[in-house]
Amino acid sequence: MKFSGWGNYPVIEAQEFSPGDSLAVLAAMADLPSNATLIPRGLGRSYGDSALAPRLLNTRNLDYFIDFDASSGVLRCGAGVNLARILQIFVPQGWFLPVTPGTKYVTVGGAIASDVHGKNHHLDGCFSDHIVSMKVATPAAGVVACSPQSNTELFCATAGGMGLTGVILEATFRLKPIGSSMIHETILKAKNLDQALELFEANQTASYSVAWIDCLSSGNSLGRSLINLGEHADDGKFEVARGTSVSVPCNMPSFVLNHYSIKVFNALNYNRVRKPQQKRLRHYESFFYPLDGIANWNRLYGKAGFVQYQFLLPLAAGLEGIRTVLTRIAQSGRGSCLAVLKVFGKGNANLLSFPSSGYTLALDFKITPGIFSLLDELDAIVLAHSGKLYLTKDARMSATTFRQSYPAWETFIETRKRYGADAVFNSNQSRRLEI
Amino acid sequence: MTTQNILIIGATSAMAKAVARLWAQRSDRLYLLARNETQLAAHAQDLKITGAKSVDYARFDASEFEQHAACVDRAFDCCGKFDVILICHGSLPDQQVCESDVTKTLEALSINGVSVISLLTHIANRMQTQGDGTIAVITSVAGDRGRQSNYVYGSAKAMVSVFLQGLRNRLYRKGISVLDIKPGFVDTPMTEHFDKTMLWAQPTRVAADILKAIDKKRNTVYTPRIWRWIMSIIRNIPELIFKRLNL
Repeated sequence: MKFSGWGNYPVIEAQEFSPGDSLAVLAAMADLPSNATLIPRGLGRSYGDSALAPRLLNTRNLDYFIDFDASSGVLRCGAGVNLARILQIFVPQGWFLPVTPGTKYVTVGGAIASDVHGKNHHLDGCFSDHIVSMKVATPAAGVVACSPQSNTELFCATAGGMGLTGVILEATFRLKPIGSSMIHETILKAKNLDQALELFEANQTASYSVAWIDCLSSGNSLGRSLINLGEHADDGKFEVARGTSVSVPCNMPSFVLNHYSIKVFNALNYNRVRKPQQKRLRHYESFFYPLDGIANWNRLYGKAGFVQYQFLLPLAAGLEGIRTVLTRIAQSGRGSCLAVLKVFGKGNANLLSFPSSGYTLALDFKITPGIFSLLDELDAIVLAHSGKLYLTKDARMSATTFRQSYPAWETFIETRKRYGADAVFNSNQSRRLEI
Repeated sequence: MTTQNILIIGATSAMAKAVARLWAQRSDRLYLLARNETQLAAHAQDLKITGAKSVDYARFDASEFEQHAACVDRAFDCCGKFDVILICHGSLPDQQVCESDVTKTLEALSINGVSVISLLTHIANRMQTQGDGTIAVITSVAGDRGRQSNYVYGSAKAMVSVFLQGLRNRLYRKGISVLDIKPGFVDTPMTEHFDKTMLWAQPTRVAADILKAIDKKRNTVYTPRIWRWIMSIIRNIPELIFKRLNL
């Protein structure tokens, strides 16, 4: 059957199977014909081809909670458990995810393999920074327990390792105590990029921060944005939001999102906030997961799909680098509804983890003729500023770009070999990037 | 709502798991039967963590008919009584293989049809003695009309549906409600080799419908609800035309 990542590009023919326990996972690795390619897959929320291969090992049946310590908030669960279920069970008990990406529909295994970050990266780091230990099924060494203290090299290769070291079976990690399911949100209006970065600087101590950029505006208002800041409230109310309310039933015609409709959307979005500063109390659901309220929003981009382009520029390159990229995009007129800017804190020791000190910007691009040459141009700008691209969003960067921007790639390949994973686990992405 | 005692047969199937999780969150008391003990143990532990008052389980193989009565009896011995018994086990045969292999056809009829009836016979008598409660069985929209692509599975499910109608009629005066659950296409491990279109539903969605139908003591539920209309059309196409269709 046909599979794709969240961007609906590329689409490939693949076979999927879902082992029911760790023994079945080991058997699946052992029974793999030589030259066959296998990659673990969770909810398929990585955007490009990182969870695509002719054979897919879905972790949907490894979806059990194994242990929970209600005094410390340490949760042990299978890799197929999704973040939505963790919230549903543990928010009412006063616990929250230590780090959450912009969707709750990812599995714990996927969150680790992508080493996901959230709006609190500047203070709390990545998802893997909260892991006590995990178990990975590897072809050469069987099931290996690893943590930041033991079997460190496997841990550092697996967290952020895009499923290329083995199958993550389970993880133990710390939840974070909260005093309410509500968030005190502050929205700050920035007239341009300089002001946006100043506001990030001035609000370093905010628990959560992210900016929505209108990337079609140019000139003096290049980079005009809304900066969202958040703090957990303390009112003792613990409510889980209800499920999805609306859904995009099928692929929209590709003209729905065009230069003009996006321009209108971005202008409306920017101008809905009247005052330079606006405060309100919001449920965590709408604060963290605004897009989860629209099921299958990826279909808005039409059948051809889209790519998300998320890059990181080091602090030193920041303002000028982002300005160069934004100017190039504004010139091209190929806009993105969702341009998200965030200032990262320090990076971690994981070999292929994306975040480190600097600025990150994420943009969507509908697949249209000429889009890939534009993205290649953007790659060149990013590389010139010593930046890099997020593997979880990637569907098209070159092996050369990858090697230039991820200096630990050689160590990663060595670790993969040591655990026999290079012969078993490969994705379309790993083949393309020659990992 | 007071704590309910629930027996789930075929408890590690995707739909059964999803419904059990809803019951666990209501702090109900669960007894699980399924073939794979490793998965049963993991599922039981999960349900305890998420709020179930207690969870017991035992190994059960639907193809071992002679064990059916004893397995059900042990469950009753453990919990005393059951407010709900949900039967979920089944397996989707390869229609084309069945067409040329009678052994496979009979196996499919046995596991999806006869084994359910064997269990129901025993369960019905225990519930009749008890005098209240709900028997719920997952059948399929495939049982509503025979189609060339799926009629072996469909006829097994149809057998169960008709059996349930009779059972409902028999047990009505005894205070037992009998629910026939007819899911459409559900995205589960059993159907993982199918291309998924708009009509496919997630087990969690289906589970919510099942729970609601059990709570409201319905007779039949199509889930997702659109299947009620789809099947009403399919059932009403004259055979003269239907036999020419490629369904």
